[in-house]
Order: sequence, then structure tokens, then C-alpha cells
Amino acid sequence: MSKTVRITGAEAVIRCLLEEDVDLIYGYPGGAIMPVYDELYKYQDKLTHVLTRHEQGATHAAQGYARTSGKVGVAIATSGPGATNLVTGIADAQIDSTPMVCITGQVASHLLGSDAFQETDIIGISTPVTKWNIQVTKAEDIPEVMAKAFYIARSGRPGPVLVDITKDAQFSEFDFSYEKCKGVRSYKAIPKTDPQSLKDAAALINEAEKPMIVWGQGVILGEAEAEFKAFVEKTNIPAAWTILGVSALETKHELNVGMVGMHGNYGPNKLTNECDLLIAIGMRFDDRVTGNLETYARQAKVIHFEIDPAEISKNVYADVAVMGNVKTTLEGILPLVDAKKHDTWLAEFKAFDKIEQEKVIQEELYPSKDGISMGEVIRNINEVTKGDAVVVTDVGQHQMMAIRYADFVKSKSNVTSGGLGTMGFALPAAIGAKMGAQDRQVIAVIGDGGYQMTIQELGTIFQNNIGVKIVVLNNEFLGMVRQWQELFFENRYASTEMTNPNFVKIAEGYNIPANRVKERAHLANAVKTMLETDGPYFLEVCVEKENNVFPMIPTGASVSDIRLS
Amino acid sequence: MEEKKQYYTISVYTENNIGLVNRISTIFLKRHVNLLSMTASESEIEDVYRFTILVKMTEDKVKKIVGQIEKQIEVIKAYYHTDEETISQETALFKVASKLLFEEPQVQNIIKRSGATIVTVNKNFFVISKTGRRIETEALYSALKPFGLLQFVRSGRIAVTKEAMNISDVLKDFDDLD
Repeated sequence: MSKTVRITGAEAVIRCLLEEDVDLIYGYPGGAIMPVYDELYKYQDKLTHVLTRHEQGATHAAQGYARTSGKVGVAIATSGPGATNLVTGIADAQIDSTPMVCITGQVASHLLGSDAFQETDIIGISTPVTKWNIQVTKAEDIPEVMAKAFYIARSGRPGPVLVDITKDAQFSEFDFSYEKCKGVRSYKAIPKTDPQSLKDAAALINEAEKPMIVWGQGVILGEAEAEFKAFVEKTNIPAAWTILGVSALETKHELNVGMVGMHGNYGPNKLTNECDLLIAIGMRFDDRVTGNLETYARQAKVIHFEIDPAEISKNVYADVAVMGNVKTTLEGILPLVDAKKHDTWLAEFKAFDKIEQEKVIQEELYPSKDGISMGEVIRNINEVTKGDAVVVTDVGQHQMMAIRYADFVKSKSNVTSGGLGTMGFALPAAIGAKMGAQDRQVIAVIGDGGYQMTIQELGTIFQNNIGVKIVVLNNEFLGMVRQWQELFFENRYASTEMTNPNFVKIAEGYNIPANRVKERAHLANAVKTMLETDGPYFLEVCVEKENNVFPMIPTGASVSDIRLS
Repeated sequence: MEEKKQYYTISVYTENNIGLVNRISTIFLKRHVNLLSMTASESEIEDVYRFTILVKMTEDKVKKIVGQIEKQIEVIKAYYHTDEETISQETALFKVASKLLFEEPQVQNIIKRSGATIVTVNKNFFVISKTGRRIETEALYSALKPFGLLQFVRSGRIAVTKEAMNISDVLKDFDDLD
């Protein structure tokens, strides 16, 4: 426990952050949080505060930071609109299990419930989308609450926590001391692993003729990349990934068979309905992964490695549930599984891959048409980065293209809004991603729609000289919605076409070097120049307007009904 | 085949926390499920609170909802039970015009047979209270309704289970994790 000192609640907030090894926070000041900002001013040599241009940007930046650094992201805002502007980021962090602590100012406790200026019930509003939230009305409660907030945010299945502090609690003085939280009585962060479940799982794995792995972000959050790779390589089981799991195993690994789900790869989707054993590792069977549950892997036994008991048999029945942190459970199962070859089975994946290469991938990466495709932009990026970059994506067609075609060689390299599908995520998330991985190249790939939802964060990039590379794939459409309109609404393009501003001029207005590419001949050089330029860079690529993302599983269809066109 | 909907009593043991009612009810709201009743009180263990929630749904759904409830940080443990597995009671209050006692002789008989207690009587109205299973309060309601009820109200269900709910062991289990 730290030594007792008499300080204000506001200073205590800062001291708590320092005790939790926080050296970077994102936020936006305002009336009810001013005492904390005053302390931030005093502590600026120890704690960096990045002023975003909107509170939503602060949450996404905190998320991006958490994803690449593995630490807890912190966002801070004032009461009322400041607090409500955090909600999208909080919901995003909740569904994508991102550790984040949000601190909001609140009106003074005697004004609670009086509809005071900038009063809003942020506890009530944020309850459904937080792992935990709490309102603090007394300064002396701050240390314990903050310790608990960080413990809850980062432990077990991580998630967002919101701490709402009334202005009087920030002002009043108390005797501060700090003790880290080591546990909460009613909260079991990591469930116990039943040794029998490991034996049962191993027996199924050793028996299986056509086993298939689907892994998710749990492998990354559990820092279990090495254990996962050892398991995959010993058993030689083809392994497919969900969108959030992607970078846990390098893209070009021979057992990496690609992405499952709506715009995933042909083989793993088709063969989900052929395998005799489905091994789910740190994933939650989202509907974008499974398609119609009635026809999802019905022939297969299912093993689910999972940290959250509520996920077991939630969407897909688990014959064997292996509870616990995947790092421990994968380590535990390794000696129990046989080294095997699955050559014939793997050949089936290769055969489907060949079809997908011919019918989809080749044309996407090396288009025969004049217009630039999104896939070839990603290919050009791969050629320079060799997969060693953090790729941050927004939501839509460009996201699917980037995730499908980007090469990854390192974990924690993919930052995207998966579960919530938050347009506007990428630009602010890239700020955090870069600050969480300073020595890495961070490339934000964004559509022209999502870019304009949080475009004001260019100001944050400019002011702090954050070296993110921004690639806007401009098709002058809300492309994914347009694709659905084309396929399912008989080409009725309701409100999806956009007249865009001059993005290059906007970037230049923020002193960010910028370029626009319209022709294939200039693409490779433009990408190279961008990646060689120090500091931030903006590249707009005008891509084919009405290209579609394939393969595709239409909503409600079975994974094996995946369409190639 | 669609699973059968039936009554389930959900028992939730919790820490005392100001936002917990909201946190639990929001789990039902998110799934568009109506709570038939919800009561909160102390439990058999000091500083541990207990919510009793009545719902009508399939077992698959109640199981998943209980999983989500249990996941909340301040929830110690949540259970669900069928009517056969619980001993439950509800209390109903009936406010009836006093003149009915004289004008409708059956009313006296209904009250006597029901085993309801008289809470108060005055010149204008009387109030009776009936505690029992839902079916018993419902029977009395149906019997009195034709004569006219000035007011009727029924409490949420409270229930204990036939099997043990070893919350002390659960709490010990949490402590052992440290």
C-alpha cells in the first residue's frame, strides 16, 4: 500500500492512474471534469493527455491503444454530452472485449437528479454496454473504485468500465493511499479448468479424422499465440480465424486456412459443414461467423475453449467445454494430443482455395479492368510492409478487403471494429494503435463513408504529429450497403451515393502530406512514398465504384451456401 | 421443435450495489422479455442480497439469461427453478365496498372459504389479504371480481427452493481464488 497523503479527489484520480502504470490517456475537458484536468496540467510530465476532437474519438483511440499495447486504454470526458459521446466506443469495447477505463465528470452530488446543466444519467445509459460501472460521490471512495475498475477491465474476459465522479468528490480532500485490487468477491475472472475436460477434448481431437480449428481474439487477449501455434503444429489441424483473431498466427502459415464467416474464405466456410470436429478457441460464434445456426456444423462434435462461461452453448452447443485462459488450457492439452498428419483433409482446403483463387482472388488482386480494386491496394501495401504493419480498419467493404488480403506476421496487428461494426472507428483507433506500438508502421485503411464520421481527428494527428498512414479507399459510395442494395434490393441505391469533398485539401489543411491516386500506374509508387514518409501521411485511392466483396454468405444462409459471385 | 414455455423462478444472490437492479433488468430488456415480477430483499447471509424474478419462457432461454446475469460483476450466483422445485408465495390485497358484505351474502362465504385475513374494515370499504400460491390468489380474484373490486394488487413472487443453494460455499470458492 502506498503512503498516506492528503490530496483532493481530482489529484487522487491522477495518482490512481499512475499507480496503474497509465502514462497516456485520451479525452476532452468540460465543466464537470475540470478539477481532474487541472491536476493533469500539474502532472503533465508523468501522464500524457491527448486531446481528441470528439469524445467518441477518445474512446476509439483508447481502444486502438489497448489492442496494440495489450494494456488498458483510458478515456476521460465531462458529464452530459461528453459522457454520452463515449457510449459508442464503450459499446464497441464491450462487444470486442477491449480493456478500457472511462472516467466521466458528473454534476455535484447535491444536484444529482435535478436536471442540472450537463447532467445525464451516464450510469443508467452505460449499464448495458459496460462490464462494470459505478458512480462515485465521495473522494475517499476513489482509490478503491479505481483499483477495482482497472482490475475488472483487464482481468478475465476484458471489457470497458465506466467511473462517474461527481464534481464535489473531485474537489474535496481526503487521506489518499492506494492498494491494487487483487480480486472482487463476487467475480471469478478466470473459471477453473476441469482436468477431465482437457482429457475429453484430447480424446475427441485424437479420434478426429477431419478436425478444424476456428480461433478468435481470445488467443491474442490471453497472450497465447505461442501455445496456440504449438498446438496447431503438433496436431496439424487446419486453423481458420474470425476477424478479430487474424494476427495470432501468421497469414502465410501452411495451416492457416483463412477466415470464416460472411466474407471469409471459401474452404473454411464450406468445410465447416464437412468437418467431424470443430475446435473453437477463444471465439464466440457470432452470427456473422456462423450464418444460419440450424445448418451450422451440425455433423461435427464441438470443443469450445473459452474464458466466459456465458458463451458456452450460447449459440452453438459445445460437446466439451474447456474453461479457462487459453494460454493455460492450450498448454495443458498439448501433451495429451497426438502428433498427426491430416494430409487428405488439408488437401480439401487447398482444393477450395484453388477455386477461390481462380474465381475471386486473382481478379481482386490483379484486376483485368481499368479501375483500381481495393484488393490490389492492399496487395501493394503488403509488398512494401511484408506483413509487418498494424492494419487498422473501419467498417464496410474496405474492411473486408483489408482483412481478407492483408498479410500479418505479428500478433496484435489487426485493429478493427468487429462486433459492433462502428463506422468512424478507424481514424481515432489508428491514433491509439500507433501510440501503443510506436516503433511499428500503423496503416489505417478506411472507406470514404467512415472516414467522414470522425474526420475531425485529423486535428489530433496534426497537433501531436502521430505517424499514422491513412489510406482512404474512395468509391464514392457507402459500398457495403450499396452492395446489399444491388444484391438484395434490386439496385435501389437509397442514400448510398456520396459527393465527397477534396480529401487531399482537407489533409493539407491539417499540414498532413497528401496524395491522390486515380490510376494503377501510380499506385505502387504512391504506397511506397507514403510508407517511406516520416510522420502522418494521407493517401486517397479512387477505386472502382461498384465492385462487390466476394465470397459472401447471404444473411440467414448456411455457411456452405457461400457464394463466389 | 419449439421448446415449451413455462414459469421459472430466477434467484439471484448479489452484493449490495446501487445500480444492480438496472443491470439485471437490462438483461431482460435487451432480449425483449417481460418480467412477471421482481422482488429484492436480504438473504440468509449477512450483506448478501437476493432477487427473486418470475418469468415465463423456454428452458434454453432462461438458462442463457441466468448465464448473463451471473456474469455481472456483483452477482454472486444465479439459479433458475421450475414451480415444482420451489415453494413460492405471493400476497394479494383486495379492497371491497363494505355494502357488499350485506347485499351479497356470497361474498362473506367466499372470504371465509378462501382463508384470507381481514386487514381493515370501515363503513365504506374493507381490505382483505390473501397469501399463497399464484393459483390461490387468482381463485379469490376470480371469485370476487363479479361483485366489483375497488382495488386489487398482488406482490411479486417470493420463493425458496427445495434443494439447497449453497451460497456460503460459493462465497468461499471466490475467496479461495486469492
